[in-house]
Amino acid sequence: MTVEPGIAPAAATANREPSSQPEEGLIQLLTPEGELIGHPDYPLDLTTDDIKDLYRDLVLVRRIDTEAIALQRQGELGIWASLLGQEAAQIGSGRALAPDDMVFPTYREHGVAWCRGIDPVKLLELYRGVSHGGWAPEEHKFSLYTIVIGAQTLHATGYAMGIQRDGRETSEAVIVYFGDGATSQGDVNEAFVWAPVFNAPVVFFCQNNQWAISEPMEKQSRVPLYQRARGFGFPGLRVDGNDVLACYAVTKKAMQAAREGQGPTLIEAYTYRMGAHTTTDDPTRYRLASELEMWKLRDPIERVRAYLARGGLAGPEFFAEVEAEAKQTGARVREACRTMADPPPLAMFDHVHAEPTAILRQEREQYAAYLESFEGPENGPANEEAAR
Amino acid sequence: MTKLTLSRGLNEGLRKALENDPKVLIMGEDVGKLGGVFRVTDGLQKDFGEARVIDTPLAESGIVGTAIGLALRGYRPVCEIQFDGFVFPAFDQIVSQLAKMRYRSRGQVSLPIVIRIPFGGGIGAVEHHSESPEALFAHTPGLRVVACSDAADAFTMIQQSVSSDDPVIFFEPKRRYWDKAEVDTAGGLAGALPFDRARVAVEGTDVTLLCYGPLVRTALEAAAAARADGRSIEVIDLRSLSPLDTGTITASVRKTGRCVVTHEAPVYAGLGAEIAARVTEQCFYHLEAPVLRVGGFSIPYPPSRLEDHYLPDLDRILDAVDRTFGW
Repeated sequence: MTVEPGIAPAAATANREPSSQPEEGLIQLLTPEGELIGHPDYPLDLTTDDIKDLYRDLVLVRRIDTEAIALQRQGELGIWASLLGQEAAQIGSGRALAPDDMVFPTYREHGVAWCRGIDPVKLLELYRGVSHGGWAPEEHKFSLYTIVIGAQTLHATGYAMGIQRDGRETSEAVIVYFGDGATSQGDVNEAFVWAPVFNAPVVFFCQNNQWAISEPMEKQSRVPLYQRARGFGFPGLRVDGNDVLACYAVTKKAMQAAREGQGPTLIEAYTYRMGAHTTTDDPTRYRLASELEMWKLRDPIERVRAYLARGGLAGPEFFAEVEAEAKQTGARVREACRTMADPPPLAMFDHVHAEPTAILRQEREQYAAYLESFEGPENGPANEEAAR
Repeated sequence: MTKLTLSRGLNEGLRKALENDPKVLIMGEDVGKLGGVFRVTDGLQKDFGEARVIDTPLAESGIVGTAIGLALRGYRPVCEIQFDGFVFPAFDQIVSQLAKMRYRSRGQVSLPIVIRIPFGGGIGAVEHHSESPEALFAHTPGLRVVACSDAADAFTMIQQSVSSDDPVIFFEPKRRYWDKAEVDTAGGLAGALPFDRARVAVEGTDVTLLCYGPLVRTALEAAAAARADGRSIEVIDLRSLSPLDTGTITASVRKTGRCVVTHEAPVYAGLGAEIAARVTEQCFYHLEAPVLRVGGFSIPYPPSRLEDHYLPDLDRILDAVDRTFGW
């Protein structure tokens, strides 16, 4: 899957055949078949109950994602960015965090949001167009979704520098999420310069889902992404992004290293975007169905299920219970989305500055007067909008 | 009162800000040992340490982006962009992140960051060292944009900007860095003019001349020259470019009936256009002539041997003033 130096990228792209070979240097604890193989550098400190909890998380976030896609198709959401296929990368890393650790997400981190206690309905607000992000970042230690690719890597690095200045570097660290496409952005590369220079306690968690909308990895890099870190002077590693246990273990270790003053780590979670980039995208225009079929065999949920079932660690009643909970969560999210009200029109003038400026106050008053000029409040164009 | 250069006024203001609030940080290229290329941060790293006065890697987006992270953590960073033309690598972080975070978070997140930018021409510099990009920032909701014009304002306005809970783009007139003025460094900010208010620099009755930053001195010289010819120009230093202090502007124009705006930035879609539109709307029946603008041409900043032709000077300003009497 990777392009070796010396091979022209164009040639590599032309005949891009999916490979079933495990990628070089891939850290894996649980095989796609559900066999727990372990890793000498990453001893697992999870009980069976913990693993069952991870399974539950995986199933629930996939259900929420499925519901959101359906809601978009029904016109309830403007757009949705699916996490299908990336559940393990997000749940494994998200559950490895300590409560005080700070998270900087992209717009696809619904699984990490789940781990930080964000109500999925809050995520839907953004995709419905009701808000730009409805949660309190510090309360959940989960920053707002950043839509500009890679910009949040610098925020995370600065936040980590703040932790150092607070003298809290032994107890708090930062994790920032981004994708394979983002690694081409200047901001990500600047963050890679900054973090080691200041030895900032930040972990760079790259979900390499192989596709930046339509552009494959070969269009972003001639070297495996985790190797990029070395040139910037900090360690990088590649983990099976569909292995929730491996993602958990490597993230936990990297976060601990950051807290111990060892600076940043780049984690490349090697995974696959099973769905479209967003609901507006059509991946059949640019990728092979066989690639998708190959990655289905590496499903992040099936392997945990196989592990739990095969070892008799969980019985049918457990799986049924999780399924029922997923169904219930889906129904709740669906209902909350459908009944979500639009904000009142004048709310758009709020929170531009700490205190509204005179010019903005005036614009607000003039627009309010304009709305009131319609005969009866129900006839105003904005209210018509609200009633829709 | 002490006589200080504008650069020193900023330095003393930043020193006060660092002393008064342990969360205030300085960050930028060469701001440490060198004290910045204009010496604005001279001696601050020595006195406040490397953790608070931070020499950053050479990357403007990184400076602003990490400042945002520090602000999210409760700090109040003051970023130095070395020259006006170097702010553009940081433009995305400023426009897409810094300006929008409060709005995005529905008021839950404040980013009290100051971005200091030396701006304007007149120093014989190479390309990218003489620009006036203020309109780009004034056009961006969520930012405050201010420009100081002398040492006294530099001293107070930088402190007011650091205290502001809004992000502030702070323009410094680089060709006036070495101009001296009386500064009351012992005085607090309590009696100071708020940094979002314009100041009548000299009163007059015949025409209102609006200016900011480096052209305030030029405008004052123009007013003095006009006075010798028996014409009374009221000079207003706008100080705040976003929001505009429209009250002070319109009160003056209603009195004089004439208005000229001058800035170094290109006239086309510049701040003068916004001001002319507002003055026309709010002072229509008081105007004896259209609002005229004197500024840069619709060209990239020219090679420095030509900058005297590009920059508004006393004669071009007085020419416009004269034209307002010809209607």
